[in-house]
Amino acid sequence: MVKEIERAGLPVVHMCTVTPISLTVGANRIIPAIAIPHPLGNPELSAEDEYKLRKSLVAKALDALTKEVEDQTVFE
Amino acid sequence: MSKYKLVHYINQFYGGIGGEEKADIPAEKRAGAIGPGLALNQAFGDEAEIVSTIICGDSWFNENLEEAKKTVLEMVREDQPDVFIAGPAFNAGRYGVACGAISEAVKNELGIPVVTGMYIENPGADMYREKVYIIETKNSAADMRKAAPKMAKLALKLAKGEEIGASAEDNYLPNGIRKNFFEKKRGSERAVEMLLAKINGKAYTTEYPMPDFDRVDPQPAIKDLSKATVALVTSGGIVPKGNPDRIESSSATKFGEYDITGVEDLTAETYETAHGGYDPVYANQDADRVLPVDVMREFEREGIIGKLHNKFYTTTGNGTAVASAKKFAEEIARRLIADGVDAILLTST
Repeated sequence: MVKEIERAGLPVVHMCTVTPISLTVGANRIIPAIAIPHPLGNPELSAEDEYKLRKSLVAKALDALTKEVEDQTVFE
Repeated sequence: MSKYKLVHYINQFYGGIGGEEKADIPAEKRAGAIGPGLALNQAFGDEAEIVSTIICGDSWFNENLEEAKKTVLEMVREDQPDVFIAGPAFNAGRYGVACGAISEAVKNELGIPVVTGMYIENPGADMYREKVYIIETKNSAADMRKAAPKMAKLALKLAKGEEIGASAEDNYLPNGIRKNFFEKKRGSERAVEMLLAKINGKAYTTEYPMPDFDRVDPQPAIKDLSKATVALVTSGGIVPKGNPDRIESSSATKFGEYDITGVEDLTAETYETAHGGYDPVYANQDADRVLPVDVMREFEREGIIGKLHNKFYTTTGNGTAVASAKKFAEEIARRLIADGVDAILLTST
């Protein structure tokens, strides 16, 4: 899906936990996420800390959209 | 013992009539084997023989499809063969399509078993692999020596009414038919053997080949995020509570489009996941953990992004065919572009 959306002409940032799959399917901007069942959260944290964690991950993803990439890039 | 009878179909080039300039010759029938038919006859040994050869121009066949099929079918019917064999076409596109089309017609209309052969990237391969047996060949006629015995072996099996093995055993292109069978060794043993072979740099055959993935060049970066409309898309199956469109928990056949105008936060009361295959507890408690509407709203208020698009798109990525995902994404992208969206944040579980 990432690739087809990008092929259609829209920049995409892929947030996922299993980055090797993302690399295999051909995403170009990749943000490693927390865990498969809660990529953008961590139920062990307090609600406040979890929100902060999510905010930092999404901020990183948005930032990746503003970066030119030549090739597949994992933004650690 | 009497020999099984075959009729062989080839194009003008292999029939020795000529190249491209003769591609518009209509079908004609000659007695006995010609060209590649000689190699097939040799492979049949004394069990079968080609009784007649139909030679037909590739362009004539493809440009006069209905008439061509009718003409060739009549020629085949006259000889009442036990098996019909076409090609092999290797990587010749029109020839491959002709071999597939005429084989399908002979099989369906005359009820005669058929075998053809071609290279996997021949357009005829994808068009006809699910309809007729296509022996996989290399991309040039240099492979005839190896292709002939494979085609002959399958043709003989069909003539004798023997059971046809899996595609890997009988060398035909996978036709999408799966047969259950019991392996002699259990899965764990087979997996360890494969792993050891892999570590030792030896050959092994996967039981689950991955599809081929192509590549797409990255799109240029967003210059000014504060003016951009960003949309959320997910393969994590986040849906309004109750899953109104009944998106399947695995092998999805559809995606959902949901309006989030005025939605500030996804809660356990309003959203859930339809995705099977991962523990849904965390996403059901708070779907923002998969689809971050809450923080996107904050970034929108802060002016970090111009706007969060008022619709999100979702499907379940669990066991969903690559072909389906591709189809969903093409349609999703079409709608996003039509709505003036600039960039996508796609989350996967």
